[in-house]
Amino acid sequence: MRFPKLPNPGLDDRIPSHQELERMEKEEAGDRPKWDNKTQYMLTCVGFCVGLGNVWRFPYLCQSHGGGAFMIPFLILLVLEGIPLLHLEFAIGQRLRSGSVGVWTAINPYLTGVGIASLLVSFLVGMYYNTIIAWVMWYFFNSFQNPLPWSQCPVNANLTDLVSECARSSPVDYFWYRDTLNTSTSIGDSGGLQWWMVLCLLCAWLLLYVCCLRGIETTGKAVYVTSTLPYVVLTIFLIRGLTLKGSLDGIKFLFTPDLNELMNPSTWLDAGAQVFYSFSLAFGGLISFSSYNSVHNNCEQDAVIISIINGFTSVYAATVIYSIIGFRATERFDDCLEGNILALLNAFSLAEGNITEGNYAESLQNLNGTFPETIQSLDLKTCDLQTFLSQGVEGTGLAFIVFTEAITKMPVSPLWSILFFIMLFCLGLSTMFGSIEGTVVPLQDLNIFPKRWPKEAITGIVCLVSFIIALIFAQSSGNYWLALFDSFAGSIPLLVIAFCEMIAVVYIYGIDRFNKDIEFMIGHKPNLFWQVTWRFVSPLIVLVIFVFYFVTKVSSNVTYIAWNPSSEDFPTLEVLEYPAWIYVIIFILAGVPSLVVPGTAMFKLIRRCCRIDLKLSAMSLGHSTKNTPVQ
Amino acid sequence: MRCLRMLVRILVLLYLAGAPALAQTLCQPNASNGYRVRISIKTALGNQAYEWNENEMFLFRATMAFAMRRYYKTETYNVDNIIVCNQTRRVSFWFVVISPENPTMLIPKADVEKAVSMSRHRINNAFLLTDRTLEFLGIYPTLAEPVNPDTPPWLIVFGVVIGAVFAGIIALLVSSLLQKRRKEKGMMEDGQDEEDRQMKGVENGINLDGIYNRGFTDDDRFTKL
Repeated sequence: MRFPKLPNPGLDDRIPSHQELERMEKEEAGDRPKWDNKTQYMLTCVGFCVGLGNVWRFPYLCQSHGGGAFMIPFLILLVLEGIPLLHLEFAIGQRLRSGSVGVWTAINPYLTGVGIASLLVSFLVGMYYNTIIAWVMWYFFNSFQNPLPWSQCPVNANLTDLVSECARSSPVDYFWYRDTLNTSTSIGDSGGLQWWMVLCLLCAWLLLYVCCLRGIETTGKAVYVTSTLPYVVLTIFLIRGLTLKGSLDGIKFLFTPDLNELMNPSTWLDAGAQVFYSFSLAFGGLISFSSYNSVHNNCEQDAVIISIINGFTSVYAATVIYSIIGFRATERFDDCLEGNILALLNAFSLAEGNITEGNYAESLQNLNGTFPETIQSLDLKTCDLQTFLSQGVEGTGLAFIVFTEAITKMPVSPLWSILFFIMLFCLGLSTMFGSIEGTVVPLQDLNIFPKRWPKEAITGIVCLVSFIIALIFAQSSGNYWLALFDSFAGSIPLLVIAFCEMIAVVYIYGIDRFNKDIEFMIGHKPNLFWQVTWRFVSPLIVLVIFVFYFVTKVSSNVTYIAWNPSSEDFPTLEVLEYPAWIYVIIFILAGVPSLVVPGTAMFKLIRRCCRIDLKLSAMSLGHSTKNTPVQ
Repeated sequence: MRCLRMLVRILVLLYLAGAPALAQTLCQPNASNGYRVRISIKTALGNQAYEWNENEMFLFRATMAFAMRRYYKTETYNVDNIIVCNQTRRVSFWFVVISPENPTMLIPKADVEKAVSMSRHRINNAFLLTDRTLEFLGIYPTLAEPVNPDTPPWLIVFGVVIGAVFAGIIALLVSSLLQKRRKEKGMMEDGQDEEDRQMKGVENGINLDGIYNRGFTDDDRFTKL
């Protein structure tokens, strides 16, 4: 029984047959690059999948959606959505031996748009992702001093007091928003380029260029370091973290399950989205990497192994992060309590040691009973460990504010700071390799540059153009632009592309042909699990996530948070609405890559129709005059 | 005569008894020329905290006298010139400084503040405390002047990293070109005519010049093509 598929004439002419593949494999013909060994390929894929999101998005989701209970939707969706999609991309790349544009064009010329959309998304995401790496490098450069610059507030000009903006918020906030970003108060206020940021951005792009210079020849060597170092650093931090006070509170808080959260649909949605984005699917990089493999490489096993590693890394990183957050929360709690105790001792001139952490509650009660007005005038803060623990932040806030604060409280802070930012740098850089691959290879496939141009040149041009456009993020308002890019360029288009990929492989290429290909490549037909997930389950999950995301984004008022020292609730970030012209930018970021898919199909259709018309008219001319057709 | 001597003795005794009483009235909480001191020994020293007793108080008065001597550059100040009152269990107390010439005159607040600020470091160290744990309420410690190195440390690290990156780029590009040259030479020896060789040579020449002359701005070079 054949599974229904759309008609696809001429497919056999566009793709190498099994015999050709065997021949190419034996003769090692063609100048296609190859992996030096399997380890390089696995490390590159692991590095691409494991990125900053594993460190700063997953722990937050885990903690805010019921701790240990979040594992359940996460693991279920990992198996039903992540692994099938990964296997699909690996298999199709290995079979058709081409980058994303090449693969989809070979399946059907009208599908070139899917490849172009991948190219655009890789390009846009690569731009802002490398800016985050530039920020990481800035912090890394600043870690080589003791005390760390974000551990204390700077003194104002006449040495009388600390700088007001810093005194009202905190040294880490000040260093992030003022010294690093020099952030303006709204996205419209560009504030000019910050020279130190431009330098760091330049450094980040040059470093990326040197690693990607010759494609996988150079990245294959770089991944030995960039993919393994994060695990080493995470382990060091785990050991360090477990010896700190309060770390176990953090880990307990992270994993305490709240099964009620499973009833909340947004938990499942966030889990699905996290699995999807965490696997770096639909960027085209994975297809490209897989196409450099030998034809009989076991892509099924690779997909499963990489998925397991990715899931494990998420959980491991969450444990480490929350052990340090537990330590920070305990420190904050202790400071808060100490401050209150000191205030009480001073107000009532009691001997030191009269009020301790142990008897704080009852002492306060006694004193409140006898001297309520004095207690009122003291304005004591409420110290609650759970509040401090749930101040868990995500994204750049976690890395550059919360974690850096925790580091300043650890002995030998510069060492931990250096290690932490090296880890973030490696995580980000290995993901950028995939992004660059997903941008450069489609450009080569589309023949945008002349064929004789060496790969070094094309990579250089891509890096240069990205750097110039990424200067937007080096402005004062750069942080807001980056958040904009993150919300729109890296979300909706990827879901659209992934959905189209699955439809293309299952219904246009034909799942039966795909099964036969996999049987040829790895020796056995994919089993029932793959059949069910590829045909129904995974496309459905991606569609559901897409619909929900789209509806939420369109219906809600798009706002962003800004740092404004003169706002009322400072240091709480101010919620502002985007100005009207931002919607144009949003359309370019999210709409253009998504619309390129049907757009290219339409364009090719129109071109083909025009050509057919010309051909017909030329043939009719030829019949009447018996001349050779113009075509 | 004996009566006169006894009268003088009584007067002297009264004076001596009255002087400390007079001094005590000079030192009062919220006195206009007095300062309140708050000491937190346990916070500062934890397990190694010493107990605050009369001897420690004596040391405090002596240190204050030292500070006054240092400020005025005289040797007239003594422990007796520092008067302490209202000691609490917190360990906090008030003190005033009386002038050595005139026991009824208090040294103005501003001068005391300057004297304390000048010798703050010495006073702190005498008690193994810091500005935070030995507080003179009303006298704010001057904040340490920020250390401003000539080159910010981050620029140094940045310079090192970017130097290494440039070196890497140039090394890789040069080795790429050499590889291509070798490949082309290999192809040429398979029998191409002189003209092609010359053409290739010229091309290579330009390329090489481009590399050697402009380092990493290769990119600009190629975009001009």
